[in-house]
Amino acid sequence: MDWFMILKAFLVGGAICVIGQILIDKTKLTPARILVAFVTLGAILGGLGIYQYLIDFAGCGATVPLTGFGNLLSKGAISEVKDSGFIGAFIGGVKAASAGIASAVFFGYIASLISKPKIKKQ
Amino acid sequence: MKKIGKQTYKIDGDVSILSTACIAGPKEKAGPLSKFFDQTVDDEFWGEETWEKAESKFIKETAELAINKSGLPTNSIDFCFAGDLINQCTTSSFGLMNLNIPYFGVFGACSTFVETNLLGSSMIDGGFAQNVLCACSSHFCSAEKQFRFPLELGNQRPPSAQWTVTAAGASVLIKDGNGPFIRTLTPGKIVDMGIKDAANMGAAMAGAALDTLVTHFNDTGRTPDYYDMIFTGDLGYIGKDILIDLSRESGFDISNNYDDCGVLIFDKKTQDTHSGGSGCGCVASVFGGYIYNQLKSGQLKKILLIATGALTNALTTQQGQTIPGIAHAISIEV
Repeated sequence: MDWFMILKAFLVGGAICVIGQILIDKTKLTPARILVAFVTLGAILGGLGIYQYLIDFAGCGATVPLTGFGNLLSKGAISEVKDSGFIGAFIGGVKAASAGIASAVFFGYIASLISKPKIKKQ
Repeated sequence: MKKIGKQTYKIDGDVSILSTACIAGPKEKAGPLSKFFDQTVDDEFWGEETWEKAESKFIKETAELAINKSGLPTNSIDFCFAGDLINQCTTSSFGLMNLNIPYFGVFGACSTFVETNLLGSSMIDGGFAQNVLCACSSHFCSAEKQFRFPLELGNQRPPSAQWTVTAAGASVLIKDGNGPFIRTLTPGKIVDMGIKDAANMGAAMAGAALDTLVTHFNDTGRTPDYYDMIFTGDLGYIGKDILIDLSRESGFDISNNYDDCGVLIFDKKTQDTHSGGSGCGCVASVFGGYIYNQLKSGQLKKILLIATGALTNALTTQQGQTIPGIAHAISIEV
């Protein structure tokens, strides 16, 4: 097991979450806006090819947070354009992220069948 | 009823608060005011399928309890004024429909409880009623779902956010009686502080509380020391501090005999509710239990109760509108 890789993933993934926490505590941005901002930022950095350096460095530490989802959308769109032309810009993003989207819907549905929403602890 | 000053009304005869009732949820039960609630419930759903149905049950049971405690037959109640935070006040209308009492749904956000008592006592003093029921409720889960985010999202609450209280409170007002008496009414104006942050309601409502407080003192010629206690509901920690500062700047120092129902209902250290409690049910249940008990026992003889509301909904917040506030005040004397 590559312990150094695990450490890098922890540090990068953790740093992304720290940015989110600071935005919650120090700004008036709602959680929904912060999430959208993370996806958008990931898409821009992915489209410019910058996010790939972060993935090469930290693996899941960069792909699992929401910025990784944004990166996947833009990377998928760019590569599909190469295969199918202009229409690929609309196909590629969702195609690349399809496993994540479909499993979120599927497991979300399963969770709604077997559990009940609860009050927050704090 | 006689108008004094700009917007304060003095009740000519006597209007008594014959009885009150309050029922609260599990988090409120764990708080410092636990022993003052008539009843507490350990499950937010209270055996119902949805939070909205549970909230209706809170207001129904609380209203029935207040009537029972008053000893009056239900059919002798002339009017019911009730409200809550849920769209179109359906919590109150669904919860109270089987009471068979002529009903007015009232919306004043978290100021609703004092608004209902203000309207009820005017009805009695104006000769339109003998006995009036006032009731209010709020529920953390139904309010969070409607005003903020789905609970399933599990997002964090910012430090300035207040915790919507899961509780209901009710009062039965009668003509004459032996007190505690509602003596003066100061209905509030809408005041917009320009705050847009739905997670900082205390700051949004503090200006309205100040306006009503200062107007009440100017109209009546009273100063803060006329009252044993001044209570607001529910500015929370942030709004309470703002109101103390603003009222001092206006020449009224309330720091010695002032507290806020949203501050009183939870323990800041152990319950981590950030800026304290809020919701129509907060001031309603704190008044119905803790404050009313002290009036009955004579520990408090004169109080000013100011309930503050944030006149907002999920849509206006999403569209970037400001959050106007309102505050209604009634003075109660033994």
